[in-house]
Amino acid sequence: MPSLSKPLSPWRRITNVAFIGLSALASVLVLAPLVAIFGYLLYKGIGSINLAFLTKIPKPVGESGGGMANAIIGSVMILGLGSIFGVPLGIGAGIYLAEFGHGKLVTLVRFTADVLNGVPSIVVGIAAYTMVVLPQQHFSAFAGGVALGIMMVPTIARTTEEMLLMVPNTIREAALGLGIPQWRATLQVTLRTASKGVITGCMLAFARVAGETAPLLFTAFGNQFWNVNPNQPTAALPIQIFSYAISPFDEWHKQAWAGALILIVLIVAAVSAVRIVTSRGTMANNA
Amino acid sequence: MGVGIEVRDLNAWFGKAQILKEVNMTVGPNAVTAVIGPSGCGKSTYVRCLNRMHETNPDAKLTGSVKVGDKEIYESGIDAVDVRRKIGMVFQKPNPFPTMSIYDNVAAGLRLNGFNKRHELDAAVEGSLKMAALWDEVKDVLKKKSGASLSGGQQQRLCIARALAVQPELLLMDEPASALDPISTGKIEELIFQLKTQYTVVIVTHNMQQAARVADYTGFFLMGKLIEFDKTEKIFTTPSDKRTEDYITGRFG
Repeated sequence: MPSLSKPLSPWRRITNVAFIGLSALASVLVLAPLVAIFGYLLYKGIGSINLAFLTKIPKPVGESGGGMANAIIGSVMILGLGSIFGVPLGIGAGIYLAEFGHGKLVTLVRFTADVLNGVPSIVVGIAAYTMVVLPQQHFSAFAGGVALGIMMVPTIARTTEEMLLMVPNTIREAALGLGIPQWRATLQVTLRTASKGVITGCMLAFARVAGETAPLLFTAFGNQFWNVNPNQPTAALPIQIFSYAISPFDEWHKQAWAGALILIVLIVAAVSAVRIVTSRGTMANNA
Repeated sequence: MGVGIEVRDLNAWFGKAQILKEVNMTVGPNAVTAVIGPSGCGKSTYVRCLNRMHETNPDAKLTGSVKVGDKEIYESGIDAVDVRRKIGMVFQKPNPFPTMSIYDNVAAGLRLNGFNKRHELDAAVEGSLKMAALWDEVKDVLKKKSGASLSGGQQQRLCIARALAVQPELLLMDEPASALDPISTGKIEELIFQLKTQYTVVIVTHNMQQAARVADYTGFFLMGKLIEFDKTEKIFTTPSDKRTEDYITGRFG
């Protein structure tokens, strides 16, 4: 019988310290590239960010100055449209999978969502091109929104499903036992209980598609001029960054860095804003 | 005001397993009825048949008739949601809505049924919490604290308040004190005593002393059958069935 009153053997102490050390090292290794990328972006991009960059549209080749205002607005527009299409559809599908689905259809939907999640984004772009751009005969922010929306659906649907399945059944029973109709119980009790995780899923999907370039090439297309009409070809930051980065001009390279920095700042701002707004009115689980 | 219950030839199944067999029971208004019996005898299924919660399980089946007041709740054309609105239920494990404040928990049944008048909601919340003997403990943190932040016993009284807020005619309690310590259990029992002046209460319990303390009538279930149903005093002193006597004297179960 090993005695519990004896001090730990040196070997156990060493494994303990080694394990803690290894997990600390792992988290540093995970964080390091993130910090490095952000630091490098700041270093390369901050110098080119000024009022003109944020408020002016691109200058023709050869002229200096100009900015990416149209691409910033365009990205906001396309991502907004994408979220309008993708979030309700994804949450709805997740609710169906977790709460109402039985049998073969659920397996089919789940499998399709997983496959869709693995489809290369350029293929999604082609799909949106065929569905929206070809019938309309022109590129548009709307088509870009459709492409990004399609890409958001599987992530949101699967996280919503997982989060709803984590809500204990006793909570559903409590709601039904009060004589609350099923649909209301699902939306206002079960979904609300899972809301934190569901929002995280939406934010992940949003952040993931925010940097997508390929699906926008055939859909939003890009635009060198001002455009706020969602039915017209629209500039977007990732496209702008791409075309500036592969250009031969030094100033455009600098602007591409600045554009990338702005894109990251936009994503962080959007995610934080949603977190702040949605945390109001809902109690933390253990507050 | 409480209403009576009349159960006739009730049979219930989960898939192919028959859980309840030919149960007949008549309960008068404003009485507390205890349902006792060993684990797996069908007690919980029985109370879940009284407010049509049984059918929320996809495998569930049921035959027979249950009258609450003068309404047959299994008549075709009667909506299960309407039935549950008039019959409150308290579950074994306290299950407050974790993301809602104490106030929102109590108001949930009214609000989610489309009732939204501020003053009346306030009054209903206060009244229900007072009736559930929780008001004094939470009145200062009604909207600040979540239902899940309370202690287990407080959570269960919160769930009782939540059930009372919709003004049910009948209150079903499925082992409401089995997860609680003796002090909280005492509070819940005292509460049941007061509730019966206004409600008809059916309580499932594993604890025979509890049945003896709170109930006017007691029904003993065994293997899905209602073996004996009578005044509590009679069941615990001179039961007419040998199996009841064996159970309450601790010879089995």
